[in-house]
Amino acid sequence: MTATAPATATRPTTTGAAARLPGVARLALVRAGLELRQFWRERDAVIFVFAYPIIMLAIFSSVFGGENQGTEVAEIGYAQYFLPGMVATGIVLTSFQSLAVSIAVERDDGTLRRLRATPLPAAAYVGGKVLLTLATSVVQTVLLLAVAALAFDVPLPDDAGRWTTFAWVFVLGSATGTICGVGFSALPRSGRSASAVVTPVVLVLQFISGVFFAFFALPGWMQTVASVFPLKWIAQGMRSVFLPEDMAALETGGSWQHPATAAVLVAWLIVGLVVGVRTFRWRRRDDG
Amino acid sequence: MTSTTTPTPPSASAAARRGRAGPPPGAARGPAVRVRGLTKRYGPKQAVDGLDLDLEAGEIVAVLGPNGAGKTTTVEILEGFRDRDGGDVRVLGEDPARAGRAWRARIGVVAQDSRDQAELTVAEAVRSTARYYPAPRDPDEVVDAVGLATKAGARVRSLSGGQRRRLDVALGVVGRPELLFLDEPTTGFDPQARRTFWDLVLGLRESGTTVLLTTHDLAEAAHLADRVAVVRDGRVVAEGTPDTLGGPDARTPLVTWTADGVARAERTDAPTALVAHLVATAAGPDGEVPDLCITRPSLEDVYLGLLTTEDDR
Repeated sequence: MTATAPATATRPTTTGAAARLPGVARLALVRAGLELRQFWRERDAVIFVFAYPIIMLAIFSSVFGGENQGTEVAEIGYAQYFLPGMVATGIVLTSFQSLAVSIAVERDDGTLRRLRATPLPAAAYVGGKVLLTLATSVVQTVLLLAVAALAFDVPLPDDAGRWTTFAWVFVLGSATGTICGVGFSALPRSGRSASAVVTPVVLVLQFISGVFFAFFALPGWMQTVASVFPLKWIAQGMRSVFLPEDMAALETGGSWQHPATAAVLVAWLIVGLVVGVRTFRWRRRDDG
Repeated sequence: MTSTTTPTPPSASAAARRGRAGPPPGAARGPAVRVRGLTKRYGPKQAVDGLDLDLEAGEIVAVLGPNGAGKTTTVEILEGFRDRDGGDVRVLGEDPARAGRAWRARIGVVAQDSRDQAELTVAEAVRSTARYYPAPRDPDEVVDAVGLATKAGARVRSLSGGQRRRLDVALGVVGRPELLFLDEPTTGFDPQARRTFWDLVLGLRESGTTVLLTTHDLAEAAHLADRVAVVRDGRVVAEGTPDTLGGPDARTPLVTWTADGVARAERTDAPTALVAHLVATAAGPDGEVPDLCITRPSLEDVYLGLLTTEDDR
């Protein structure tokens, strides 16, 4: 290693090192590149993340293909009714579930401990995760929309207003899911139990939030419970993008409730941030 | 790690460093580690109980001790991973519990039992880690120096245990640390890999790196360390160079023999005189003293002696 010995003469002083520490934004990009590379190499995970919403859409559309969803107010095809739910569930899977599991696994296998011993700031680590989530969510959603439009003849909106709604629900939903995922990652005791702890939470939310069943058809108490959590609101926001305007009559209170959607998602974002900052651990729980 | 990658420092400074006549290369930076009265308790167990430890810049210090003696807890407090209950700790002039990014850029940590970054290649792992630091070593040279040049393009998951450890060292030193923590680095190595690894660590000292080594391997401590500290029950019970640890008494030769069917033993600084006396008084008809043996305690004997002496008290 003394092949580099001449450089020891120019060993940086403490202040020099402080001045030249790489910036957080640049490090977040470095981390994002690494995250993407590692994600892409785990082929099974890649296929699951990208195909799951599409497969679920295909299954539900085929099973209930003959029935139309809605009431006398408006009737549309099943694929169209459930596309928003699949978009929402994809966002939650990629941001919340993947992140909560992967951080728990990385805490268990020593990735976090190793990073903690380097000058990498926690913000750059989380930043890399956010960028990974963003990249995979975008690809996942584009694929889902393309399959829905081409294979299931779901009409996609053609006005800018709806796509604006789509953009803010997508970004806010992903951000909330990501931050809550970071916070939730402290719960599993080990990397092996991470999936078992996180998956049921998401699964239950999918059933009560109008992803697999029409939300208006769920019992009132279930709707109330679901309204506490973000997935219901992301799904509702997406319904406002992909369903005809008059379907708003089927929503709680007869409207798309955009302000409430934004409020609930922002509230969870803040709760997730506070909890995440307080509970984030670089080491395993049994590690002291 | 072939001879071509063995470190060869510039000859001018090498003589001074190898002879260790003057101060260590980093002495101008002051003590690398200074610990006074360190305490840490886990529930009812006092894991660290008033531990003192000093490392001068540029030296290799081995911390020895049985499992549960408080070695790992101490090292993790020095690395900033763990909070302490009491005592004063300075690592590179700062308190690890409060030190920030600039401080972490000056330390390197090689922990036990890592299995992260499995999907990256060796070169990717080392290069990306180098980017976290303000003044890293050349990642490719580091990969070469730990003997993984031929594995640079291989996935980390495909490495053997020994290769994985060498990658850990590469990741620990690529940031050009002033102080390197090595936690039982050669556990599970075959003898040749261990020898190669030792050369690597000695090469790091030549370049001015201070090394704090924890190990169970007494031969490793004797080979690498300028000083050895034995930790027991959360305290340093003995400290010194590998040659003087335990004081002169601990190294007094031991003469053992059998007389009248009873095993006898005597410690003496004059074993030759004792043997001459035994030949005259205790030898059998064939002129041999039964079971005669002279032992000079190894570092391991001294170490085990230190631990059992404490037990007897």
